[in-house]
Amino acid sequence: MPVIETPEGPIWRRRTRGQAMARWFGWLLGLAAFLWCWSRISEATTWFFVRDAPRIAGDILGRALPPRWSYIDNLWWPIWDTLNIATLGTIIALILAVPVAFLAARNTTPSALIVRPIALLIIVSTRSINSLIWALLLIAIIGPGVFAGVIAIAIRSIGFCAKLLYEAIEEISATQVEAITATGASRWQVMAYGIVPQIAPAFAGIAVFRWDINIRESTVLGLVGAGGIGLQLQASLNTLAWPQVSLILLVILFAVVLSEWVSAKVRAAII
Amino acid sequence: MLRLDKLTKTYKTGDQALKAVELEIPQGQVVALIGPSGAGKSTLIRCINRLVEPTSGKVWLGDTELTELGAGALRRERRRMGMIFQEYALVERLTVMENVLSGRLGYVGFWRSLTRRFPQKDVDEAFRLLDRVGLVHMADKRADELSGGQRQRVGICRALIQDPALLLVDEPTASLDPKTSRQIMRLICELCAERGLAAIINIHDVALAQMFVARVIGLRAGAVEFDGPPDALTPDVLTTIYGEEDWVATIDKVEDEEDTLDPEAVA
Repeated sequence: MPVIETPEGPIWRRRTRGQAMARWFGWLLGLAAFLWCWSRISEATTWFFVRDAPRIAGDILGRALPPRWSYIDNLWWPIWDTLNIATLGTIIALILAVPVAFLAARNTTPSALIVRPIALLIIVSTRSINSLIWALLLIAIIGPGVFAGVIAIAIRSIGFCAKLLYEAIEEISATQVEAITATGASRWQVMAYGIVPQIAPAFAGIAVFRWDINIRESTVLGLVGAGGIGLQLQASLNTLAWPQVSLILLVILFAVVLSEWVSAKVRAAII
Repeated sequence: MLRLDKLTKTYKTGDQALKAVELEIPQGQVVALIGPSGAGKSTLIRCINRLVEPTSGKVWLGDTELTELGAGALRRERRRMGMIFQEYALVERLTVMENVLSGRLGYVGFWRSLTRRFPQKDVDEAFRLLDRVGLVHMADKRADELSGGQRQRVGICRALIQDPALLLVDEPTASLDPKTSRQIMRLICELCAERGLAAIINIHDVALAQMFVARVIGLRAGAVEFDGPPDALTPDVLTTIYGEEDWVATIDKVEDEEDTLDPEAVA
């Protein structure tokens, strides 16, 4: 198509004239749509506030600095709670995710017709709802506090862990499983010797990865009353106690960096 | 000792991998099973220990008929059949010792195997076998640290520690260099002789098979085409085994054909 016969011989272009025109027209339409949207957003924006933004941000920063260091004494417990919510939630999620993963993996599921779809449904449904929303629901059911946060994190993480784990199970080498089966090993022995060693690194990787994510997620759970440092953050924001806010943000940053460091160490150790 | 009676396997796709194979192997005989890829060699040995379920026919191991057995009885009979694989099929992340001891899983309860508390006599036997194949110093290495030849030796130990009556060997040398291939074949045949084991060895390399075994069976399109001593493998016989229609299905086999028709090898 892009080869054009001329008296001097064939000429090659990447696109025919018609295709090139169509592409230019497409770009034109896209640009027009962008400009139109921009103008609509502009109409709906109070530009006075936006122009004012740098000054306000500077003002808040000025009020927030220096952080109120003495407030740290009120933060030890909440950050400890936050770490516990993340850790306990991850452990509970892993315990529940392992059987779900084995039921969902094509090569280990007892029934591809009935059990597997149920396992997949559990994975999809727990994964699709944010932990903040789970926390809101659970606070209504079991009341505010750390426990609601732990359960929210756990439920949210089941699907994530089970999905990654069942993909790892589906990728194992079948011949290693075959070899263990051929020795006369029982079903559970085949699992312990043929499958578990093959997925152990993936499992450890998933566990620390999810724990790492859960530390971030559990810092905000307090915003809705599910325990942890988010509670202090919300209280400080509501009372416009900016020096406290800056200290809380620093503490969260520190916790996240710490979790990054731990998970990097663990991942390096298991490879 | 092993008797196949009209053993047939038809896959779900409709491919008939085995067509009523009749075969009898006496105690202590080592048999090479040759034939082009897709002839049903792997299917045949996997139908014996039912890693692949045969469609019909019977398999007799001694006085026991295997195809009718329930799950528990099948596991007990599998202990009497050691299997050795092409790609070694060791559990890569377990140590050499754990891999060898996994051959005892059929004899040990679940919790003992999970906590790796195998009976001392099993551990003694594992050390003896590793010593026999020259790998006793590697016992604590992880399986993925070993070379191909070493891995296959561990695979042999795993099969032998089952205390089997029969070895099912699936392309033991296909992933190895020529020298290591000979060493592994020699080792398998020596060990079979030492212990009076019968063995079925699937093998592509006809020359190598002729060097070590007493009996060769040629399989073609799921049927026994040749059964006799290695000397009886003439170029004509090889032509009937590796017939033209099979070349279409397996282009890779051109190399093998050259090997097998090598006058030195056939002589």
